[in-house]
Amino acid sequence: MMLSGADIIVKTLIEQGCDVVFGYPGGQIINVYDSLYKYRDELRHVLTAHEQGAAHAADGYARMTGRPGVVIATSGPGATNLVTGIATAYLDSVPLVAITGNVPSGQLGTDSFQEIDITGITLPITKHNYVVGRVEELADTIREAFRLAMSDRPGPVLVDVPKDIQIAQCEYEPLPPVKADEKKAAKDVRIQEAAECINQAHRPYVYFGGGLINSQAEEEVLALADRIDAPIGCSFMGISGVPTSHPRFLGMQGMHGHYASSMAMHHADCIIALGVRFNDRVTGNREKFATKAQIVHIDIDGAELSKNISPAHALRGDLKLTLQKLLPLLEQKRHDPWRQAISQLKNDENWSLDHREGLTPRNVLLALNRFTKGELPVATDVGQHQMWAAQTLEFRKIRRFVSSGGLGTMGFGMGAAMGAQIATGQRTVLVTGDGGFGMCLNELATAVHENIPLVILIMNNGVLGMVRQWQTLFFDKHYSNTVLDRKTDFVALSKAFGADGRRVTDLNGLDEALKTAFQSDGPYLIECMIDKDEFVLPMLPPGGSMDDIITKVGD
Amino acid sequence: MESFTLAVLVQNQFGVLNRVTSMFRRRRFNITSLSVSVTESDTRSRITITADGGGRDKDQLIDQLYKLPVVVSIAEIKEEDCVTCELLLLKVQNKPELRSDIHAAAEAFGAKIVDYTRDSVVLQMVGTARNIDAFIEVMQDYTVLEICRTGVISLERGAMTIEKKAEIY
Repeated sequence: MMLSGADIIVKTLIEQGCDVVFGYPGGQIINVYDSLYKYRDELRHVLTAHEQGAAHAADGYARMTGRPGVVIATSGPGATNLVTGIATAYLDSVPLVAITGNVPSGQLGTDSFQEIDITGITLPITKHNYVVGRVEELADTIREAFRLAMSDRPGPVLVDVPKDIQIAQCEYEPLPPVKADEKKAAKDVRIQEAAECINQAHRPYVYFGGGLINSQAEEEVLALADRIDAPIGCSFMGISGVPTSHPRFLGMQGMHGHYASSMAMHHADCIIALGVRFNDRVTGNREKFATKAQIVHIDIDGAELSKNISPAHALRGDLKLTLQKLLPLLEQKRHDPWRQAISQLKNDENWSLDHREGLTPRNVLLALNRFTKGELPVATDVGQHQMWAAQTLEFRKIRRFVSSGGLGTMGFGMGAAMGAQIATGQRTVLVTGDGGFGMCLNELATAVHENIPLVILIMNNGVLGMVRQWQTLFFDKHYSNTVLDRKTDFVALSKAFGADGRRVTDLNGLDEALKTAFQSDGPYLIECMIDKDEFVLPMLPPGGSMDDIITKVGD
Repeated sequence: MESFTLAVLVQNQFGVLNRVTSMFRRRRFNITSLSVSVTESDTRSRITITADGGGRDKDQLIDQLYKLPVVVSIAEIKEEDCVTCELLLLKVQNKPELRSDIHAAAEAFGAKIVDYTRDSVVLQMVGTARNIDAFIEVMQDYTVLEICRTGVISLERGAMTIEKKAEIY
């Protein structure tokens, strides 16, 4: 059938199995919005308050489902407002398809009104991007964008569509949804070598990241740890990859990781690293990182295998498929001394945990766990609350933690939480801080309009806590621009947006507020008053090693 | 310093060089020579890159290149297996008392005179990067006005092509 470019965009999205798009209209995307109106019964559009919120919502949707999230924006500022969202998705390997309008082809390059070179701008933060040159190429370009976004290591792809291409007509034939490229296991010879290395280990440590979630290799990773009798740790991006309560699971390691997990990694003689990239927050000083260990590194992205560390065994391939081939080659082991060492580390960690009473960050999150039961999506912003959440929250289901790990985007939370809720249909929690929430609170308008059951838990300490923590430790308590001292009344604010909320100053109040929030139809905001000098501990100072770990701060 | 040379076959489309060089800049690869040209196929361009670094840098560069959807295939250029050359144009001041010396140097390196005026001589030379470096070094004895070189281009000896090599990766 003959369709306009705008119709083709919407029809192709529907054809690709897309059920919701997030976006914001504007002059150079107006034709697409006309098509969205036409096909409104087949494709839901969620109008956000700002394009950044739309990008984060599409990201949150993708993290929940594993399918590409779709965001639509107009040219110029609409497109540039997506940039932080696209970069966030890029750094966390989230499949995202961004569609932007642009000025008509003939005006490109002339600095027309609201014209921007968005493909140039997003070149380093997308897997690939396109300016569509002919309407005949439009449908296939969008299909290609979906395929690229999902294939290998997922990531964002942007399609820029000049207005004349949206207007022009051509023949359109629906096609079945594209599939991600076929995944492959690592080479047999590499798997064999890795197996020999692992079989010789006495202190193995299984370490996984976001790659486990993308590859859905949960069962294989647990089977691996059982086979070789290893504890399991994860990177920040791995959180929710295996159930938190699994007896082998020591939690996140790294700069603010669990003591036992970081220590076990430090003392291991073999680290089986799965879908991770050995970020600086993970290794600290790379010269002193896991010096006793042989590292077996498996990743679908070959470029990760030689980027940050030089592993003894580098295996490029899909995690799930590679582990399925590796497992039969591994001997069943039992390492009693290593088990004892691990349980000693766990005891030490328990000792150093924060056991204070009252409205401490840990108690707040433990209370939250009783309500989510590890089943519901939890999104965060970035900062102290994010690290407390990473340390304390419980997950029983994969893909339930939604947080900006790589880019560390403050303002990510509201959009992402809405996307996660829409993707799952489950009540979703946003754990945020007064700083991060301040960056994205405009999206409360969207949450109210869409009647999204969102529990917004603000840990309000009146300061930019993470930067303050660094200032306390490394900058002689010069609290430069981290004391917010704002007069914002968050409860009144939530009411102004048409939501409801409550301020809590003790654990009983919190419990009551959570009860109300978890029965609420739409968004409900809880402002939780936290001391400004709470610390995220333990802490590995930047560039430090395990010898420098800070577990207590005295004054 | 260690260095290596790669031939990269890419899709011949708008902005492809920008995609490749943007990645070099972002990942901080130190590229010492780069040339781009048409190929036997309308749909392909060929980029030849020389970069500083050892084996790990090379692996990393190859892996990062393969992540760009516009990259079709990559082959490492090993001097012993390949015909490699570069083109140099060098403009030097012409003075009566130096004329014969410049001539002699040019002849020794097989450089051709392609422009000649009373005040200047433009020499053209085709050779390996090393020979061209050596020639430029010799010409420093005179007043060099301008230098322009193309960067290395290279083809593997025998019937093997870069496109066939893509299967091997």
